[in-house]
Amino acid sequence: MDVMNRDKLFACIMATSFVLDDLRLFLDTHPRDQEALDYWRKVEKVRNEAVKEYTKCYGPINMYNVNVEDRWTWAEGPWPWEGRC
Amino acid sequence: MWSYEKRLQYPVNITQCNPKLAQVIMSQFGGPDGELAASQRYLSQRYTMSNPKVAGLLTDIGTEEMAHMEIVCAIVHQLTRDLTPQQIVDGGFERYYVDHTLGLWPQSAGGVPFTSTFFQSKGDPITDLVEDMAAEQKARTTYDNILRLVNDQEVCEPIKFLRVREIVHFQRFGEALRMIQDDLDCRNFYAFNPSFKCDLAK
Repeated sequence: MDVMNRDKLFACIMATSFVLDDLRLFLDTHPRDQEALDYWRKVEKVRNEAVKEYTKCYGPINMYNVNVEDRWTWAEGPWPWEGRC
Repeated sequence: MWSYEKRLQYPVNITQCNPKLAQVIMSQFGGPDGELAASQRYLSQRYTMSNPKVAGLLTDIGTEEMAHMEIVCAIVHQLTRDLTPQQIVDGGFERYYVDHTLGLWPQSAGGVPFTSTFFQSKGDPITDLVEDMAAEQKARTTYDNILRLVNDQEVCEPIKFLRVREIVHFQRFGEALRMIQDDLDCRNFYAFNPSFKCDLAK
């Protein structure tokens, strides 16, 4: 497994998700801000691609994207709160 | 509804246990200005929020608070996992340990159990938003207090992230309050409860 690539993809998901978390609140109170809307479209595209690639190579981070084969893998660890160590 | 994503909003990777610090940070899980109270405050208030955009903001900030609760719990868990009985005694963790072992249970740093009386859901948009703004400031002050006690960089970074989010939420709630006021008579914003129809008819 390419750990470097995995870490890089995951970092990309973390960063772009946070941009969207913050933008979402800004847009809730500034729904017509064109600069924020453009930024949303741009970052959302990058995030979608990263999630797609990560899910394909390393498994789903969202239950709706579980690929069902011979067994149910969603509830297998590690869980996010366990940290890296 | 909600759907779980297998990641934290901000990473937590702590390598050194510290039961003393865990007991302090635990307050932001189940204490009076903690993330559990914050999430339940906003998610309870949204049903009677007269402006749909502000109801959306309460939903989104309430959702983010649940992610913050998960970050705080991850910090406490990683600061206390695999403690030895000796470390429990040396770290002053024995009174928590005797009731909860190393499990996460919502309480304040002083041991007061979580209670819904930590927050209000008043059914009045101005009342609720002013409470929400105060809540964000109180949580920010608590993170300031925690940061003065932390030397470990691995703990410091996620706490700093959470502190900054309080400031952003305060700004957004301030904007929400202005949106509510824009719908009201600017000569008398506080005359009645804008979410209670009998008052509006007067």
